[in-house]
Amino acid sequence: MTLDTVSWPASYGDEAKPRKGFFTDTSICIGCKACEVACKEWNQIPMSIKGFSGKSYDNTLALGANTWRHVAFVEQRVPAGVDDGASLVEAAARADVIDAGVHTYQEGDGLRWLMASDVCKHCTDAACLEVCPTGALFRTEFGTVVVQEDICNGCGYCIPACPFGVLEQRKDDGRVWKCTLCYDRLKEDQQPACAQACPTDSIQFGELDELRHRAEGRLKRLQDAGQAEARLYLADDDDGIHGAGAFFLLLDEPEVYGLPPDPVDTRHELGSIWSAAGAAALALGAGLIAAVFGGRR
Amino acid sequence: MTATDPTTSTTPVATPAPEAIAGDGGIRSYHGQPVLKEPVWSWEIPCYFYTGGLTGASSGLAFLAELRGNDLLARRAWAAAMMGGVASPLLLISDLGKPERFLNMLRMFKVTSPMSVGSWILVVAGGSTPLAAIDAWTGWIPGGKYARRTAAMFGLPLATYTAALVSNTAIPVWHKAHRMLPFVFGSGAAMSAGAATVALTPPGAAAPARRLALAGAVAGAVTSELMEHRLGEQGEPYKQGAAATFRRVGRVAGAAGALLLVSRGRSSRAAAVASGMLLSAAALSTRWSVFKAGFQSASDPKYVIGPQREAISRGERRGAARREPRI
Amino acid sequence: MGSNMAEQHPVGFQWVMEAHERGAKYIHVDPRFTRTSAMADRHVPIRAGTDIAFLGGVINYIFEHDAWFREYVQHYTNGPVIVREDYVDAEDAAGMFSGWDPEHGAYQIESWGYDETSHEAAGGKKEQQGDVSGEQAQGAHGMKLERGNPPNIDNSMQHPRCVLQILKRHFARYTPQVVSEICGCSERDFLAVARALCENSGRERTSAIVYSVGWTQHTVGVQNIRAASIVQMLLGNMGRPGGGILALRGHANIQGSTDIPTLYNILPGYIPMPHPTSGPDLDKFIELNGPDTGAWGNLKNYMVSLLKAWWGDAATDENNYGYDYLPRIDGDHSHYPMMVKMLDGGVQGMFCVGQNPTVGSANSKLMRLALAKLDWLVVRDFQPTESALFWKDSPEHESGETRAEDIQTEVFFLPCAAHTEKDGNFTNTQRLLQWHWKALDPPGDARSELHWIYHLGKAVRDKLADSEDPRDRPILDLTWDYPVEGPHQEPNAEAVLQEINGRGPDGKMLSTYEELKDDGSTACGSWIHCGIYKDGVNQSARKKPGQDQNWIAHEWGWAWPKDVRILYNRASADPDGKPWSERKRYVWWDGADDKWTSLGDSPDFPAQKEPSFEPEEDAKAMEAISGDKPFILHPDGRAWLFAPSGLVDGPLPTHYEPQETPFQNALYPQQQNPTRQEFPRPENPYHPVGSPVFPYVLSTWRLTEHHTSGAMSRTVPYLAELQPEFFCEVSPALAAERGLEHGGWATIVTARSAVEARVLVTDRIKPLQIEGRPTYRVGMPYHWGGVGIVTGDSANDLLPLVLDNNVHISEYKVATCDIRPGRRPRGPARLKLVEEYRQRAGVRVS
Ligand SMILES: Nc1nc2c(c(=O)[nH]1)N[C@H]1C(S)=C(S)[C@@H](COP(=O)(O)OP(=O)(O)OC[C@H]3O[C@@H](n4cnc5c(=O)[nH]c(N)nc54)[C@H](O)[C@@H]3O)O[C@H]1N2
Ligand SMILES: Nc1nc2c(c(=O)[nH]1)N[C@H]1C(S)=C(S)[C@@H](COP(=O)(O)OP(=O)(O)OC[C@H]3O[C@@H](n4cnc5c(=O)[nH]c(N)nc54)[C@H](O)[C@@H]3O)O[C@H]1N2
Ligand code: SF4
Ligand code: SF4
Ligand code: SF4
Ligand code: SF4
Ligand code: SF4
Ligand SMILES: [Mo]
Repeated sequence: MTLDTVSWPASYGDEAKPRKGFFTDTSICIGCKACEVACKEWNQIPMSIKGFSGKSYDNTLALGANTWRHVAFVEQRVPAGVDDGASLVEAAARADVIDAGVHTYQEGDGLRWLMASDVCKHCTDAACLEVCPTGALFRTEFGTVVVQEDICNGCGYCIPACPFGVLEQRKDDGRVWKCTLCYDRLKEDQQPACAQACPTDSIQFGELDELRHRAEGRLKRLQDAGQAEARLYLADDDDGIHGAGAFFLLLDEPEVYGLPPDPVDTRHELGSIWSAAGAAALALGAGLIAAVFGGRR
Repeated sequence: MTATDPTTSTTPVATPAPEAIAGDGGIRSYHGQPVLKEPVWSWEIPCYFYTGGLTGASSGLAFLAELRGNDLLARRAWAAAMMGGVASPLLLISDLGKPERFLNMLRMFKVTSPMSVGSWILVVAGGSTPLAAIDAWTGWIPGGKYARRTAAMFGLPLATYTAALVSNTAIPVWHKAHRMLPFVFGSGAAMSAGAATVALTPPGAAAPARRLALAGAVAGAVTSELMEHRLGEQGEPYKQGAAATFRRVGRVAGAAGALLLVSRGRSSRAAAVASGMLLSAAALSTRWSVFKAGFQSASDPKYVIGPQREAISRGERRGAARREPRI
Repeated sequence: MGSNMAEQHPVGFQWVMEAHERGAKYIHVDPRFTRTSAMADRHVPIRAGTDIAFLGGVINYIFEHDAWFREYVQHYTNGPVIVREDYVDAEDAAGMFSGWDPEHGAYQIESWGYDETSHEAAGGKKEQQGDVSGEQAQGAHGMKLERGNPPNIDNSMQHPRCVLQILKRHFARYTPQVVSEICGCSERDFLAVARALCENSGRERTSAIVYSVGWTQHTVGVQNIRAASIVQMLLGNMGRPGGGILALRGHANIQGSTDIPTLYNILPGYIPMPHPTSGPDLDKFIELNGPDTGAWGNLKNYMVSLLKAWWGDAATDENNYGYDYLPRIDGDHSHYPMMVKMLDGGVQGMFCVGQNPTVGSANSKLMRLALAKLDWLVVRDFQPTESALFWKDSPEHESGETRAEDIQTEVFFLPCAAHTEKDGNFTNTQRLLQWHWKALDPPGDARSELHWIYHLGKAVRDKLADSEDPRDRPILDLTWDYPVEGPHQEPNAEAVLQEINGRGPDGKMLSTYEELKDDGSTACGSWIHCGIYKDGVNQSARKKPGQDQNWIAHEWGWAWPKDVRILYNRASADPDGKPWSERKRYVWWDGADDKWTSLGDSPDFPAQKEPSFEPEEDAKAMEAISGDKPFILHPDGRAWLFAPSGLVDGPLPTHYEPQETPFQNALYPQQQNPTRQEFPRPENPYHPVGSPVFPYVLSTWRLTEHHTSGAMSRTVPYLAELQPEFFCEVSPALAAERGLEHGGWATIVTARSAVEARVLVTDRIKPLQIEGRPTYRVGMPYHWGGVGIVTGDSANDLLPLVLDNNVHISEYKVATCDIRPGRRPRGPARLKLVEEYRQRAGVRVS
């Protein structure tokens, strides 16, 4: 399978389960934050009051130790006038969406309000997991990436390693926390709390292969209906993390939602990193020899 | 349909050009929020970068000086190594909060984690250095010579793995410098070891240490410059805030220390001590500058998004988003 | 329109999203761009309080483009009915209808009647004095008609006095240009909406209109909805799948709490509360309150069954089934007038159950001052709310107006159980009752409402047990003996539901309200709910998943009446009983079986009444309704384009400006709704129209993240953090004009108070062009108060008390204000600031 990760499914042998993940279709997110709250309820995450941010309706601002689901709000203006006062029915008929049926945002005023629910990506190549010195971060039988809270020693390495800025340390206990993709629920054959709470199915949970297939269809429908800006993010194996367990349909560039346009797992450069460190160590050795032997005693 | 509306327009649907949505061509971000998380490492870590380098290079210096028969220098260098070797784990434990947490580091050995590899290096180097030092001073340690060899050998990677550690992160100013940073750290280690030993050793016996310190200082300046040059715009964090201050302090102290060492280091013990301290400060400051630059580069989305966007627009990389449906 | 469905009804909104995915177009008409607008195909911003102008424009457009559904209008509405000669329309009388009685400040509504009908409209009270409302005041349930037919009808709808022509004339001036001038939206936007509605209606298509408190919370709240219903009637969108007007109601069970009301003026099932003028005699009450024809023609059956349910064996033919046990209302005892009376010392004690008026009610300062006049106050809530703690923490203490030690009110706080901690029903916005079971025991001393009210009742009865006083009979004779269970003697909620369903003479559960009798042989706690326990089964507890049945999902829950999911669904077939179109097939006449049949819903019509049925000469009640008249709650079976009775402020909606507005009424000399309920007094001053001192339009609303007064959300950590601070939304232009800083603080001032809020500058609240100049608006959610994890000033401190007299709802959605940068003054300086504004604006404070 193209979606294999370093330690899944092979290391699980027969125990391996199909890889599970999320397809988050932001084009139908209504910004209700039910996912954010459901996640906190289920996982008993401490409150994290940051005060009024002034950043649209977002006051939790980012994923972090106490926010494993985060809903982003982007207010923006786009060029006005998709139908210039023309018949909506006709416009819809022309775009062939009466039956195809897709979401088109209101453009008359050029205003749009994008909402998107973000989460740990459960990367195929998960930098966090690779760098974790203790093995606290591990790959589950569902191909997801989970921190074992009893093993994490708070070394903090995974934090800057994650190209999405997902992991964060909880100040009071020093350990890092993030979405577990509801590992406890998955083991009981339940869907994650956030997906279950989402009223519009913006968060779709399931087997990754099937989700990718669904996302393709959705993208095509949106594009056919003239939503040229629709795009899939992290849905392929040929990006810098070899695709992710949680991928997205976006209506603008990833950075607008706070997502890196080209995330990379630095392990891909580990060879050259280690070579450089080795070479530098050798150079240091050479320098030492030169210093000690290269002149008078 | 019941409507008989003569005004019904037949204007074709105009979909906005996607380019037009992309704004002013500047870097876009989510309310200016950072994409990455800043590391949580506190003051102990840059200090550890310094002490690790000090230990590593000092062990090597001591070991080689012994070989060359400069025992006085060797003993002083072992002392420098031991100071660093004792301080290093303490610093790490202090950063982690609890001693047991350091033990967790040794649950496994992972090549993909420079921190894991480094922990083992530290355990070996840090464990052997005091033995080596004590043995060098007293000769009491059974198998002491193995300890000395081990300390010297593992000292080298101990001095540079920390660069691998920080470069193996998503932080652009660190990661993009992954080829140069170990050399910066290696040079710094040489300078630290040289400087400390210069300060501890009577000038008469300290010639190799002086050479090492000076070589380290020069190499450090060159490699840092090269690194920043290669980073280009992404090197900007080095020119801002705390990183810039440390960088300046590092440069000034380095230059002053080197000058003093060259001019008076051979003749005056006091000058040697002073230049040793200046160069040590320079080494420490440079690590701090690298450390802080990493934080600054993580906290500003433009340093994260900008280069990624550019690489995509240059066609070097495909990026993680795509518009075309494939079915 | 007037609803922020995505934010306030997110779970229900999933169906809008689903319809949208299937190709439905949806339009959001709302003063600001919300999460609902973000999902819409088109958002049309309009000035708050101008919906009648907008919808009037749509009505005019429908006529101009001849887009109305002729057959539907002719057969199913009162369009062809000829109205009395003495009726004078607002168009011809400067914005006033005929019948205005200046002495009482109220309309005498006789002239609004159908031609040749009696002068006496059915109603609990003949004389209008502006003190009672709705069902009570004007006989909402209709007038007396022979054979259920209006005396004069012109089926060609050409007669100048027929409803359709009156309607046409009434709205003729509501042109796109006028709409644009009053509402501030572009003509283009308006036309797009009007056109979409017309194109999407007719035989093959239907459109639905959704509203909530963006429409109701105005001095013209009821007429906003009337305007929408006229649109839907003209387009043939009522009683049909995909059509209708959906009121998205408030609290989870607010629908249930009007069906079996916690209101002062109606009894269960919308039976009017008796008034002293309806006399001691049950028959007199029935005569005054129920028309002879239509479903209300059986009012006596419903009423006697209700009285039997309440007083059991003590209700006999001799004592009018205990009719005299019922209290009489002698005036307006709705929430606000009661609070004003309280302020004047006229109320001694209050039970505050599931309400937080010191944050949730308009002019909350007045609320606090009023509560301070009580001898005692009982608050039942999860935790002490602002209303329970008003004596201790109050902005008036801070400003030095009041002192805790001076407040004599004795406050009792009783903890209550949450819905998860008790059995019971929620009635959702679609009239669907869904049973829920207790999931866990309430903590500590917390008890359910049922427990509290039942045991309180028992305690009162115990105290009165030996009383000989006849005035205690109603209490002692009540059937008040529900089975109890568990350590706390919790009454069995299903037993109450059974009483509501009703029993026949044999004690068996009844199946439909049609079985109710007026001879005391049936008992039924709420006629509209009769059948909810059909066959001895709790029908509302049915939970067959949607995917296991067809889309009507008939086996999920139970809807009143008779489990009808779409009201008046006989209108989904044409007069001959055939579906209007195959696509929109729903209920139709099955000639083979001689009955109404459907895709799965219960027909809201007598099952065997043929489409061609014509009533007998002296037919009464349902017998008087023809086979082609679906609107069976009306005496004529027709939907009312023109409302001859039931409303206090006119038979047709008319554009009036809000109480406080920067603008003069562009259409009529009559500025505001003449029947609005004002409370001019020092605690409740109003701003002059167009005051330059209060130049901005103020509006309040909700956020997904909080609930109403915030007592249930500001106290919950995970919600508190999502919207931690009170803020206001302003446009960049207003921010520039007043020097407001994004993310900083602003002080908002009215003649009532001054509050401070964080500033959110956003394009979503764009300035509208009205009278050639931009109108700036200040909007704010009203969820903050002084108690909870997150606290803040209350928006309701700013609002005046002024009501729609039909239903006594307050105009929360629009007022005027000023806004200035920075935090508000502390202590007495706050009062001084307000005082200074009052003086500058020349506000009268008495
Ligand atoms: N999350 C959440 N859900 C809730 C509640 C809550 O507090 N929080 N409250 C519940 C209750 S009690 C109720 S009553 C409902 C209310 O539900 P909604 O009516 O949807 O609630 P609001 O936000 O008060 O007002 C709706 C919209 O009316 C608009 N509006 C204001 N004035 C006008 C006007 O003159 N014309 C038009 N067309 N629009 C206008 C406002 O801009 C606002 O967007 O929500 C219920 N659901
Ligand atoms: N400015 C402005 N003001 C408004 C509005 C507006 O749009 N703008 N909207 C108005 C509307 S529509 C409404 S509905 C009101 C709401 O205003 P209120 O009803 O005054 O406010 P709530 O916070 O809903 O109060 C409900 C209380 O009931 C408690 N409660 C919940 N469940 C139970 C229970 O089972 N038993 C008991 N005893 N208590 C319970 C809650 O904790 C809470 O304190 O606000 C109105 N005020
Ligand atoms: S998103 Fe970050 S935290 Fe999540 S799996 Fe990928 S690298 Fe790890
Ligand atoms: S902080 Fe915890 S999870 Fe992260 S790398 Fe260190 S041990 Fe692993
Ligand atoms: S999958 Fe579970 S842990 Fe992850 S965001 Fe959703 S609810 Fe939270
Ligand atoms: S629950 Fe669904 S619709 Fe609501 S914010 Fe989350 S993703 Fe969006
Ligand atoms: S809070 Fe309850 S009633 Fe309101 S939308 Fe959510 S589920 Fe429905
Ligand atoms: Mo409400």
